Amino acid sequence: MGIDIKFPIGLMFSILGLFLTVYGLFTSSDAMLYSRSLGVNVNLWSGIGMLLFGGIMLFLAWKSKKSKHT
Amino acid sequence: MVDTGFVLSWIDYAIMIVYFVFVLGIGWALKRYMKDANAFLEAGRSMPAWVAGLAFISTNLGALEVMGMTGSGAKYGMLTTHFYWIGAIPAMVFLALFMMPFYYGSKARSVPEYLKLRYDEKTRGLNAILFAVMTILASGISMYALAILMEKVLGWNFHLSLLLSAAIVLAYTYLGGLSSAIYNEVLQFFIIVIGLLPIVLLSLKDLGGWNGLQDQLAPIVSGKGFAPDTWTTTWKYTGSARANPLGVEWYGIFAGLGFVLSFGYWCTNFLIVQRAMSAHSLTAARNTPLIGAIPKMFIPFLIIVPGIAALVLMNTPGKGFVLPMNEAGQPIWDYTIIMLLKQYLPAGVLGLGITALLASFMSGMAGNVSAFNTVWTYDIYQSYLRPPTGDKTSDDNHYLKVGRLATVFGVLVSIGAAYLASLFGNIMDFLQTIFSMINAPLFAVIFLGMFWKQSTGHAAFTGLLAGFLIALIHHGITYPEGADTLVKGGWLCKCYAYPVEMAQNFWTAIYACTTSALVTLVVSLSTKQKKTDEELKGLVYSLTPKIKDDHVPWYKRSTSLAILVLIILTVLTILFW
Repeated sequence: MGIDIKFPIGLMFSILGLFLTVYGLFTSSDAMLYSRSLGVNVNLWSGIGMLLFGGIMLFLAWKSKKSKHT
Repeated sequence: MVDTGFVLSWIDYAIMIVYFVFVLGIGWALKRYMKDANAFLEAGRSMPAWVAGLAFISTNLGALEVMGMTGSGAKYGMLTTHFYWIGAIPAMVFLALFMMPFYYGSKARSVPEYLKLRYDEKTRGLNAILFAVMTILASGISMYALAILMEKVLGWNFHLSLLLSAAIVLAYTYLGGLSSAIYNEVLQFFIIVIGLLPIVLLSLKDLGGWNGLQDQLAPIVSGKGFAPDTWTTTWKYTGSARANPLGVEWYGIFAGLGFVLSFGYWCTNFLIVQRAMSAHSLTAARNTPLIGAIPKMFIPFLIIVPGIAALVLMNTPGKGFVLPMNEAGQPIWDYTIIMLLKQYLPAGVLGLGITALLASFMSGMAGNVSAFNTVWTYDIYQSYLRPPTGDKTSDDNHYLKVGRLATVFGVLVSIGAAYLASLFGNIMDFLQTIFSMINAPLFAVIFLGMFWKQSTGHAAFTGLLAGFLIALIHHGITYPEGADTLVKGGWLCKCYAYPVEMAQNFWTAIYACTTSALVTLVVSLSTKQKKTDEELKGLVYSLTPKIKDDHVPWYKRSTSLAILVLIILTVLTILFW
């Protein structure tokens, strides 16, 4: 009702995804930080994943908006 | 206070803050659409099926459930999936195909209201009052559990966490009503999946994948006296109660969990059904549980598998994975998930994981408050305290105000219930026990109402009471082996012992449902049906026109979706037999 929830979802995960991707890039040489995640830079991977998901949601939201106006 | 050594950094807090900004923002954005009670309490009946579907299962993904299921994964292995597969999917499919047409088609605004339309006022009243009390208690318990967890694990002040979380829930439900609760449940679903996915992947990587997990489980499980692959199978060892850690046989699982307990919960609990009722059309309403069923079937891989991994970690000295102990020297299984977060997640995704947990707590609270609002406003206030005057506009405004006030009232009472929970440690178990004593009879009564024209109001009311009474008596004369408090049963006499609590629960529900059905049947045959056929149209199977969905493309039809769901269920059952 009223709002298309795909838009806030897409926006939030894009923002969080951006945070974590940037943080992951900045800390990528920090072996101590990622020792507990078995050496995997989880922040970078999660960040990229969330950016993708957020992007898809935003795209779907935009598509819905477009089809409403045609 | 248990020292779990959690230290959060600025990025973790930043992630939490972003999440809460969006939660409140969604509530704020919805404010201007809250023009009347229908918009506030029923989401204007305008939700798309996918939104309602995800909210449908998200309501059930409360933190207590998440923490409990991960802990159960460690304690029982893949057998825990019975709560997600046989113990949920058949009921959801049944609700979607056979019950939603009556819930939705009758234009009832709540489950108690359906009871009034189909039966009579006293049946509605009984259900409404019981439900309202139970749901607010449940909200309070979620609140308490959140505050305690945050105190024990993160060192946050108990009262501050409690009041702050209550304030956030109050804010977004006051502003946007049911719509706000539902949209935030969808947001919560995604953040739970994304927040917890890393620990599934990392714990499996750590243990050498699924095969590595199975290999390392074998000696641990054999050491407990079970066959080595018991933790990664679901039905294989249910031939006898002693062969599996749940302590039940397959027919107990089938009839108790698969039928009575799950149908009693998924088909009658207004908290859940309300999400399906908010859909924009009957087809969407029928598809809601089916759409929810698909992710529901895969949630075990997100929540239960890490629990199983945790069991291996606990028994592997080099990993440094230890569960905090309680006063009796037993590991606190509920903390499994939080210790897994600590084990594998560095700052950044750790904040995401904690946010996921916080989100699921609050969503549980908001869901309960939104269900309470609707039942209070329509079934209690509008029915007994101040009926409509006939002036539609002033009525609409009045009930909207009442709905909003009920939100505040509901949150305040929840806070009270939270403090009550802090005094009585067993309140969670107590509530769940009472809930199942109420739900099982309710299912029998609603089922007979939907499929048997002859069932009458007197019968339904008596059936509900009789079922509840039998459940109480059964609980009073039986107890699970090794029970140490009367909350678990045996308070009338210790006449019969069940090997485990779960078996006792199953049988309580089975007796309650059967009694309720029999009493409703018998009393219906001896009382007059007060409702005319015209009044019952749309409420009973024999008096409702068959659903025509030929105009809907085949892949959107409820029957096609239902078949897809059952196929996936069968494949998963075979894979993990």
